Amino acid sequence: MSLLRRTFDGELARIWGQIALACLLLIVTVGAGDTSARFNDLGHRMMCTCGCNQILLECNHVGCTVSTQMRGELQASLDRGDNNNLVLQGFVQKYGPTVLAAPPQSGFDLVAWITPGIIFVLATLATALLARRWRHSAVAPEAMAEGPHMDDLRERIRKETEI
Amino acid sequence: MPTFGSFALLLALVLCAYNFIAGAIALRQMAVGHGAQHAPERLAETARRAGIASFIAVTAAAFALVWCSFTNDFSVAYILHHSNRALPGAYKFSALWSGQEGSLLLWAWLLAAYGFVLRLRHKVDVKLTAYASTILAGIQVFFVLLLNFAAPPFALVQGAAPADGFGLNPLLQYPEMVIHPPMLYLGYVGFSVPFAFALGALMMRYPGEKWIHITRRWTMVTWLFLTCGIFLGAHWAYSVLGWGGYWGWDPVENASLMPWLTGTAFLHSVMMQEKRGMMKTWNVWLIFTTFLLTMLGTDLTRSGLVSSVHAFAQSSIGDWFHAFMFLVLAVCLYTYFRQRDHLQVEHHLESLVSRESSFLFNNLVLLAACFTILWGTLFPIISEYVQGSKVTVGAPFYNRVALPIGLFLLFLTGIGPVLAWRSTSFKSIRRNFILPTIVGVVTAVALMLLGIHPWQDQGTFYSLVAFSLAAMVTTAIFSEFLRGARVIQRHTGKNIVASMLQLTHRNTRRYGGYIVHLGVVIIVIGIAGGAFNQSKEQEMGYHDTMTLGPYRLVCQSYTQDSNANYDSEYALLDVYKGNQFIGRMAPERRFYHASEQTSTMVANHSTLERDLYVVYEGRSQETDKPIIKVFINPLVAWIWIGVMVIVFGTLVALTPNLEAAMVARRGHSPGVIAADSKASHAAGGGQG
Repeated sequence: MSLLRRTFDGELARIWGQIALACLLLIVTVGAGDTSARFNDLGHRMMCTCGCNQILLECNHVGCTVSTQMRGELQASLDRGDNNNLVLQGFVQKYGPTVLAAPPQSGFDLVAWITPGIIFVLATLATALLARRWRHSAVAPEAMAEGPHMDDLRERIRKETEI
Repeated sequence: MPTFGSFALLLALVLCAYNFIAGAIALRQMAVGHGAQHAPERLAETARRAGIASFIAVTAAAFALVWCSFTNDFSVAYILHHSNRALPGAYKFSALWSGQEGSLLLWAWLLAAYGFVLRLRHKVDVKLTAYASTILAGIQVFFVLLLNFAAPPFALVQGAAPADGFGLNPLLQYPEMVIHPPMLYLGYVGFSVPFAFALGALMMRYPGEKWIHITRRWTMVTWLFLTCGIFLGAHWAYSVLGWGGYWGWDPVENASLMPWLTGTAFLHSVMMQEKRGMMKTWNVWLIFTTFLLTMLGTDLTRSGLVSSVHAFAQSSIGDWFHAFMFLVLAVCLYTYFRQRDHLQVEHHLESLVSRESSFLFNNLVLLAACFTILWGTLFPIISEYVQGSKVTVGAPFYNRVALPIGLFLLFLTGIGPVLAWRSTSFKSIRRNFILPTIVGVVTAVALMLLGIHPWQDQGTFYSLVAFSLAAMVTTAIFSEFLRGARVIQRHTGKNIVASMLQLTHRNTRRYGGYIVHLGVVIIVIGIAGGAFNQSKEQEMGYHDTMTLGPYRLVCQSYTQDSNANYDSEYALLDVYKGNQFIGRMAPERRFYHASEQTSTMVANHSTLERDLYVVYEGRSQETDKPIIKVFINPLVAWIWIGVMVIVFGTLVALTPNLEAAMVARRGHSPGVIAADSKASHAAGGGQG
């Protein structure tokens, strides 16, 4: 208890306060990002809806009015100070869910994200179990004397050591 | 000529059907022992000859279509829609596979060609080849049926033939499009051969693993074609689509990657069957799956099941493909359940730390990657079914989900080959892994000191991991070569390079495989550079300057040009690096008269360090100045170099070992033989 009190008293408290303020500023700054970086990030998280199937900022059709308009709307949203979620929601409301370049991580669409991981983990477990079972069922090598069967063994070893 | 082509296709159908039916009856009679003596063999022989003749018939049909294209026969609807008089000769030829009917004809022709070679080489194993030939004929029947009834390439236009055609899609008027689709199709179609052998071997309960030996070269060559096809497609996308990238995780790109992944898994796991008699069921299903995925790829490209920038032809043939895939799956399942006792394994895993277990995990990761890509490709359809609305599954999804799997696979590429068969001792692990691990860690630290900070963003993190793993795997591969070569050097006194060459000649399959792995590492380095891409877009009038990275571009002029096929606009840009002039670039935009479509011709200054990739986006409506977009894409050239290394490695692996020659020389240089034997032993990480 006394250690805790000492920590938040006097000089130490001032230092902690400065650190907290710095962290807060850092978080706020990082969270905001500069507009051009956010424009670039969000522009790569959306698709152009002109039918080209390209990422919004990668649509390179001459005179593609759709992407030009969408970029303008994105810039306007950022200038208004909308956060990333709000920007994306606005686009989804206007253009439908296909405007997002990847499914949202909520509702049924979350299945898209978690299924590959679950399958991978299950397959790894199944493989590990299978390997373990195989290993246990493997016959221990018997001591073999020199004889005609050794030729077969040598041939097998030769095969197994030379891919 | 259209009548000749149609007749050739009809004849091909009759011949393929005869090959399939007569072959199936003969094999059935042989299996149950019915029929007069020699009658089934004679029937099987007629079936084989019909199969050979079907190749000639399909070749005649393909020739007829190319002839129609070169002679501007616009009475044929396909030629009308995919060619025009001003189209250059090479593209008139490539019109053969530029539309749906033509590409199905190309598929049928390649299948017939593979079948032709297989049927000529039937003496390698007459009965097994008869099974494989009959199964191939069944696949041929499907494609020739499509060509005769669902997508006829020689259908005629109504009324009088127009004076000129509508032209070829501008995106396809690029030199690589003359070679990319045939390569890809050689890969897709080629997997029919190992599939036919595997299914045939299972049907006839083929004793031993000889079918694997017979199909090994087929599978490797097919895999090589598919690899080349995929990367030629990536290079085409990079050069033509003009968005600055080479891989967009488009459904059609994914469709080509999936059979490549399962084919790669098959190439690895089949070694376990060959060497240890293990994983027989797994291998059979891997090749079945690979074949089905090649069908799915064609289905996705052609049926419009998913939307794609690469789907140049769409129609209702999807139903035909779905029915065929269902039928193939049913046959595979039926055969497997009837004959599964034939797939009993001969050996079991003896240690979790062994070459076998590394192959097991390699297969697991490859299959996981394949599933992830299939899942992402089909999720929009699933979402629509469940929620009633489609979603997009694009690059951000795959970058987050598939990249970690890819990096894990790279890690396995490094550790797998240095593990010994059956079991690896701790001493061997320590000996083989210390150096690669140290190199990997040192690389990571050095890159962080050079400014690649993994905490910056996800892309930088993955890049750092990729570079470090690449260094680790490269060290592991070179250690393998050096370890074996030193043994040869000790016994023969040759220099280290000559010793490495001898080592490779001695076991081309193994060391060719290592070279392929090295190629994969180089490609990964190239891909990892993508995290540091930069781009800038600007209007550039006379003498306007744009600076990006170390480059300064000065617009010298912009102008227009015209020829019979297209009009073009382009800018002439002088490029400086610092004060040094490094060349003039001319990014271009074309407008094709016949199709009334535009296309980009990217200007690219490529070095090992980075690509300076310049796109002419068009003219500004306000100022009439060209809009130029410039990308700096680091390390992209490494990707294409990596592909060349893979091609070289595969060719080495396909080359026969010099074992026979060594045996012949045994009497003269016993030291060399002993050295080779020890080198193989040493390079294998010991025998555990």
